[in-house]
Amino acid sequence: MTDAGTPLAIALTNCAKTFADGTKALEPLDLAIHAGETVVFLGPSGCGKTTTLRIIAGLEEPDAGGKVLFDGVDVTHLPIEQRNVGMVFQSYALFPNMTVAGNIGYGLKIRKVADAQVKARVSEMLAMMQITKLADRRIDQLSGGQRQRVALARAIAVRPRALLLDEPLTALDAKLRDTLRLEIDSLLRSLGITAIYVTHDQAEAMALGDRIVVMEHGRVAQIGKPREIYQRPATRFVAEFIGTMNRLTGAVKNGVFTCKAGSLAWSEAPANTTEILFRPEDIRVAEGHETTGLQGKVAAAFFLGDRTRLFVEVGEAQPLVIESTARRDFSHGDAVGLAIDPRGLLVL
Amino acid sequence: MKRRGLFLLQLGFTLLVCAFLVVPVILSMLAGLTVNYFIGVESGLTLRWVMEVWNGYRETIFLSIGLSLACLAVTLVLGVPTAYVLAKRQNALTRTLEEMLVLPVAVPGLATALALIVTYGSLSGFRTSWAFILVGHVLFTLPFMVRSVLAVLSAIDLKTLEEGAASLGAGFWPRFRDIVLPNCRQGILAGSLMVVTLSMGEFNMTWLLHTPFTKTLPVGLADAYASLRLEVGSAYTLVFFLMIMPLLLALQAFAKPRPAKFVAEETE
Ligand SMILES: Nc1ncnc2c1ncn2[C@@H]1O[C@H](COP(=O)(O)OP(=O)(O)OP(=O)(O)O)[C@@H](O)[C@H]1O
Ligand SMILES: [Mg+2]
Repeated sequence: MTDAGTPLAIALTNCAKTFADGTKALEPLDLAIHAGETVVFLGPSGCGKTTTLRIIAGLEEPDAGGKVLFDGVDVTHLPIEQRNVGMVFQSYALFPNMTVAGNIGYGLKIRKVADAQVKARVSEMLAMMQITKLADRRIDQLSGGQRQRVALARAIAVRPRALLLDEPLTALDAKLRDTLRLEIDSLLRSLGITAIYVTHDQAEAMALGDRIVVMEHGRVAQIGKPREIYQRPATRFVAEFIGTMNRLTGAVKNGVFTCKAGSLAWSEAPANTTEILFRPEDIRVAEGHETTGLQGKVAAAFFLGDRTRLFVEVGEAQPLVIESTARRDFSHGDAVGLAIDPRGLLVL
Repeated sequence: MKRRGLFLLQLGFTLLVCAFLVVPVILSMLAGLTVNYFIGVESGLTLRWVMEVWNGYRETIFLSIGLSLACLAVTLVLGVPTAYVLAKRQNALTRTLEEMLVLPVAVPGLATALALIVTYGSLSGFRTSWAFILVGHVLFTLPFMVRSVLAVLSAIDLKTLEEGAASLGAGFWPRFRDIVLPNCRQGILAGSLMVVTLSMGEFNMTWLLHTPFTKTLPVGLADAYASLRLEVGSAYTLVFFLMIMPLLLALQAFAKPRPAKFVAEETE
């Protein structure tokens, strides 16, 4: 496809942002985004995802000392209209005074592309997003999902050097979100474009990101591939923000971790460990004949069809969450033995 | 059947109110067409009075039209950008400005006129030109333009729309032309309607500001009522009506929102 020129590498160095009212939205931040990759900014509300994206787009300038580099060229003071980045807004920002086709062709008209070429490109975009028959509709005659497609088509039509998406699916219902997420994923891959995708939905982040930037309070908490972030979270915040984390508190002695629920052999345990973390998939309920060092009582069980989600009381502040595939019924108060795979254990 | 009775009652009341308002206007215009008002319509109908008004007061009609169009031009040039800035920059200064915009409307026209005369009355070339009245009219009508454009601009997410256009490569002027102006079209048209009508009909201020050579239509009307036959005054009303009605209708038709067509069914 002719859409991707050479993809753009983006770098932020020392980018902080303090707003006029004194709000410190970003601490000094360094970030390198490789050409052609899809990076997801993930974090709770107010952590600075949008602010970072807007600095990259050129809608905000970083505080003095910060720099934005596109392929090594300093664009810090270049306004957005000269950066050639496509942007998809959470509220879509479609122009109500134009038709769908008018919206998609606007960027090309601004670039003074000949009418015939604009038309061709617009039909190409309409076909690509499967909205050809909406070409002459006004924006207020579209559903949310249709608007999202128009917004994407409009941003891509000008062949931007990078595509920036700020929570593009948040306004849609769950089912539509899944469909569009798949579409966006295959779109970004087929375009080979550098893309930055902002979300606070971790499932979306996992599905779309080549790498995920987890943010917390205006700082980067961790950058890594989805699997790394999930399996090797760098901080407690990351561990708990992404997926479900179980926690046991106790002490280590001679390669054995002891807690209220019993003990667990872990030869590689770091000295003076007082807390261990692990994912629900690294713990299982022991079979009848098996003896394990850990015991608990079922506090709640939810049969989900393919598995049962168990909440098991082990004398900690929070019950353990276990996804059990055992072919048996669980009921409140059942005593269960628990087995943990030491490879999944984390100390943070 | 009780419902029907209530409906008839409401209809009757509405018609009564309409009649109360419309009948004097019709009678007055009719008076402008009768040969002798004191005898009544039996005396016959004539265009004599209308011709007399046309010959005697033609200048006031042209002046009023010119004035209101000039006033419209000035309020468009000043008002639309002002509303844009007020909508875009929300801070203490712009909020104060917005409040102050109602001043010329709240202060009686006579007071504004006096202030203008006291300040600029000695500039004789200016005092005697129609531009002097224009200044008064602009002062009076500008807030209406600004407010109606501002109302529309505040209702749309202007900032994000502009950011969207900018992300597609549009600089300030293309954005203003392609996004801002078309999206506040309704406000501009509604404002224009107000400005032209208000300027055409303004009497208070104009009466003080005018000179014998710069009489507007309403001033001429007062003049005719005060010094000439009732029939001439009434014919004048008729002319005024004929002048302003097509204008109002045209603007109104122009300003009417396009009917929203069917809403798209989900095609996901
Ligand atoms: N224009 C502004 N003026 C002042 N403070 C702002 C402005 N924009 C954002 N902030 C603040 O900066 C911080 C970061 O905001 P930002 O919009 O980047 O968060 P976010 O991670 O995108 O959150 P969300 O998921 O809710 O969109 C927040 O505390 C926010 O209140
Ligand atoms: Mg945000």
